[in-house]
Amino acid sequence: MVNNDTIEKHTIAVLVDNEPGVLARVIGLFSGRGYNIESLTVAEVNNADHLSRITLVTSGTRMVVEQIKAQLDRLVPVHRVKDLTDEGPSVERELALVKVAGRGEQRIEALRLADIFKAKVVDATLTSFIFELTGTPAEVDDFVGLMAQLGLVEASRTGVVAMSKGPGGF
Amino acid sequence: MPEQKLTGAQIVIKALKDQGVDIIFGYPGGAVLPIYDALFQQNDLRHILVRHEQAAVHAAEGYARSTGKVGVVLVTSGPGATNAVTGLLDALCDSIPIVCLCGQVPTHLIGNDAFQEADTTGITRPCTKHNYLVKDVNNLARTLHEAFYVARSGRPGPVVVDLPKDVQFADGTYVPPVEVKHKTYRPQVKPDIARIEEAVELIAQAKRPIFYTGGGVVNSGPIAAKLLTQFVKMTGFPITSTLMGLGAYPASEPHWLGMLGMHGTYEANLAMYHCDVMINIGARFDDRVTGKLSEFAPGSKKIHIDIDPSSINKNVAVDVPIVGDCAHALEDMIRIWKARQKRADQGALADWWNQIRKWQARNCLNYSRTESVIKPQYALERLRESLRGKDFYIATEVGQHQMWAAQFLPFEAPNRWLTSGGLGTMGYGLPAAIGAQIAHPEAICVDVAGEASILMNIQELGTAVQFRAPVKVFILNNQYMGMVRQWQELLHGSRYSQSYSEALPDFVKLAESWHCAGLRATKVGEVDDVIAEMLSINDRPVVVDIAVDPKENCFPMIPGGKAHNHILLGPEDNVSEATPEDGMVLV
Ligand SMILES: Cc1ncc(C[n+]2csc(CCOP(=O)(O)OP(=O)(O)O)c2C)c(N)n1
Ligand SMILES: [Mg+2]
Repeated sequence: MVNNDTIEKHTIAVLVDNEPGVLARVIGLFSGRGYNIESLTVAEVNNADHLSRITLVTSGTRMVVEQIKAQLDRLVPVHRVKDLTDEGPSVERELALVKVAGRGEQRIEALRLADIFKAKVVDATLTSFIFELTGTPAEVDDFVGLMAQLGLVEASRTGVVAMSKGPGGF
Repeated sequence: MPEQKLTGAQIVIKALKDQGVDIIFGYPGGAVLPIYDALFQQNDLRHILVRHEQAAVHAAEGYARSTGKVGVVLVTSGPGATNAVTGLLDALCDSIPIVCLCGQVPTHLIGNDAFQEADTTGITRPCTKHNYLVKDVNNLARTLHEAFYVARSGRPGPVVVDLPKDVQFADGTYVPPVEVKHKTYRPQVKPDIARIEEAVELIAQAKRPIFYTGGGVVNSGPIAAKLLTQFVKMTGFPITSTLMGLGAYPASEPHWLGMLGMHGTYEANLAMYHCDVMINIGARFDDRVTGKLSEFAPGSKKIHIDIDPSSINKNVAVDVPIVGDCAHALEDMIRIWKARQKRADQGALADWWNQIRKWQARNCLNYSRTESVIKPQYALERLRESLRGKDFYIATEVGQHQMWAAQFLPFEAPNRWLTSGGLGTMGYGLPAAIGAQIAHPEAICVDVAGEASILMNIQELGTAVQFRAPVKVFILNNQYMGMVRQWQELLHGSRYSQSYSEALPDFVKLAESWHCAGLRATKVGEVDDVIAEMLSINDRPVVVDIAVDPKENCFPMIPGGKAHNHILLGPEDNVSEATPEDGMVLV
């Protein structure tokens, strides 16, 4: 009956009223029904109308992904649900702050790689850097992976924000 | 109209009146005293004082289910709100429209672990369709109107409005319930016509069709039930329904196969298994109904009409999904069926009915009749005969008696059958019957109960007495938590762990202590007299204690994890052998 058992990864954008509890509703939906959340970001995007945009990355069978969207859409404060993975090409970006500590050759190598990844230095001491990097989640993964060998202290990532390509909007 | 300044409590009263509310079920406490004060000073809203907040919600459910209106509940903060939680989830599972007003500690104390503070919106978030915390009295009226709109629109459900005490005292502006245009929540009621056309073509080609209908038809309203009846007659197809859908199609009609599912009839379940076109109207492919999913109606094309898009393709993938209100969908279907001059395949249908008649001939609800002990089925058959032609509402508790009531009592119209389906809440029936009786003072309201379940909300006899609701509590007393005992007998080697109803009260004396009538039958010959007497008493509640066979099991039964065609008809079929290992984990 379940027509397809392959697991698909989907990026879903949700426009919601920025009211108390709305994030708890979304998260509660995922935990209560056992859905995966790989990434979730939220911030107000329309100050005048108090609208927030949630971007979440989830995975599941086709049937589960369709369920997730239907369940999200059914929440009273949800305006729209858009499956960016299904609706044509989209842009996905993530911002990361990555702190590395070290001296000498290691430090130079870290800087060199940061340059290649177009990461900015936003804090520097004699023994450490904080890099700011914006890129696709895969690029951020790669960069953090490389830094792990060059004195990574910690990384802080925003999670994915995404938008469909072309002139169309939400 | 000039702007009116009212207190929050007055706004609550005014909003309820403007929403057409006439009855509130509630229980007072510190955090709702301003609202109780405002209630005291008016005469339009009648307050029914329950004896436990859970019962307030169940009574409101009984009221809502039997009238089609929104049920209203008023409880205090903290323990008042937490006591209401079971009722709220019950209403969510069965899609019953409820607005529950909860008192809350004053806004400046929220988050301080104040006396009788509970995070009510947090606790009830997964138990409600939606909830609100009102912090500004000027948002109160709009929020209340919105709460009613959300509760009754689309797939109905419970909505909580949490009201801090300072907001109840504060002065604010009232706004009337102008047709609430909710910013975001606008469920789709009108179906997509292209889908309806697709469905009509599929229906017209069916060789072994079946209607499988559910609570959605009842929720949609009496028109949906009328249209359903019309469409079934036009097509000549057989029809079965879920527990929640009973009454939407008259049980006396020849196309009726009885309820389906775990304790449904043999003919309904086999017809589901062998059908080639299934027309699901307002049901949700619940696990009680489908049995083993991978073998659910394996050779069928499925049409599914539901107002809740998340119900579609949730458990079972369907071929023609139709999002919309049942009445609208049925109306369109009938129109297109007529316009295209469709006619069912008469030859195939005759063969199908022949097959169904053979299944019906197994007489699956048969039981061994005896003079030595009252069989629960017999008691219900006699109740059925005495209710024939009368205006009645039946509520139930949860257990074997509930399933027997569903099997043996005939429902000719929707909104007459009040039972806890999705959550299966013991203690539902008595308050639900009271809610129905308050709404229909002249009707006969019976709670078909088990001796264990009734004790979960027995205190509501006090409510029934106080508010002159002459409900009839019809206890099928088998001295066991029968449904638990049945599973233990069939699946756990007859080890009756904690399922014997020890230390029962004398129900007759218990009733009398509340100034209710108490009656008892212990012999087959006494059943008719006791029922007649029960029905003749209309000035106070009646509790009837029927001593029934403690060993009787409820059949037919589809063992957990099995498909419809593995239905067992009686004790001669061995359940533990029939239950696969992975079926044992199912409830
Ligand atoms: C609140 C609650 N607790 C536990 C259960 C589990 N349960 C289901 S049926 C049942 C036994 C009910 O016994 P009784 O009311 O005597 O009905 P019978 O099955 O004997 O007809 C129990 C304990 C439940 N459904 N609800
Ligand atoms: Mg019992």
